[in-house]
Amino acid sequence: MRATRYRDGARAIAPIAVAAVTFGVSFGVLAASAGIDALAATVMSATTFAGSAQFAVASILGASGGIAAAVLAATLLNARYAPISVSVAPLFKGGLLRRLLESQLIVDESWAVSRRADGRFDHKLLVGAGLVLYVSWVGGTAVGALGGEALGDPADLGLDAAFPALFLALLVPQVRTRRALAAALLGGAVALLLLPFTPAGVPIIAAAAACLIGWRRP
Amino acid sequence: MSEVWIAVALVGAATVALKAVGPVLLGGRSLPDHLTGVVSLLAPAVLAALVVTQVAGGDREIVLDARLVGLGAAVVALFLRAPLLVVVAAAATSTAVTRLLV
Repeated sequence: MRATRYRDGARAIAPIAVAAVTFGVSFGVLAASAGIDALAATVMSATTFAGSAQFAVASILGASGGIAAAVLAATLLNARYAPISVSVAPLFKGGLLRRLLESQLIVDESWAVSRRADGRFDHKLLVGAGLVLYVSWVGGTAVGALGGEALGDPADLGLDAAFPALFLALLVPQVRTRRALAAALLGGAVALLLLPFTPAGVPIIAAAAACLIGWRRP
Repeated sequence: MSEVWIAVALVGAATVALKAVGPVLLGGRSLPDHLTGVVSLLAPAVLAALVVTQVAGGDREIVLDARLVGLGAAVVALFLRAPLLVVVAAAATSTAVTRLLV
């Protein structure tokens, strides 16, 4: 087998990169509708580079849920990157700064395409795919955020319904196992029960506790 | 510093740290099994809660409105295996049209 190149990763991710651009545009538009200006939205995409967490921040701030709830929800959503980054840790060589920068290119999609047929992960596939996704995501956000500021009332455009649709679309591929489905149903039920009684954001944090059903005795 | 920028900075810092855990700190070691199980269920639980709060959330109340029509359209689009952008567009469009008609 010939050695892989960064270009192979870029090619593998191309179809998903198109989706990442449009996803970035929708984040920019929705962020604008939630009161996040174009610069802040673009900086967030460049520094956080994780779709669902960014949408969570925009939706919670847009619903006046407060910084603490927004940051906590986003951090919980991104907690999966700890085990994901651990799974590819041996691929990253070189100095501390290089490993730190390259590790930021780890997203669900770049991680998924870097898994080779033999079950091992490939560094050049991951970095090549990650770079393409990064440019797509940040560029899409800037376009959407600048265009979004020119939009009228988001409710007239149905943009408030775009959020739950998006989260549902992100949820579906996550519930392939019975345990994951149980965590999702439990989390949804907890959120619905707390909705009438707590400030925005709290139901989401409380629902995160549903993940404890995954605890196995050490 | 505005609320938005504080959130941007904190979420950015937390995410950078989470992604760097493996490559920078652990160098090949893996999480204990009992923790991996918990962490892998965080995303489904939080995403489901986001669906519920975004579709039925109000000011400390459950509000059922045109957003439900949008979520229904999204379910249909997902069932037809439509791409993400189509799913989101179907939800927004059907909600906007419902608001125009009702």
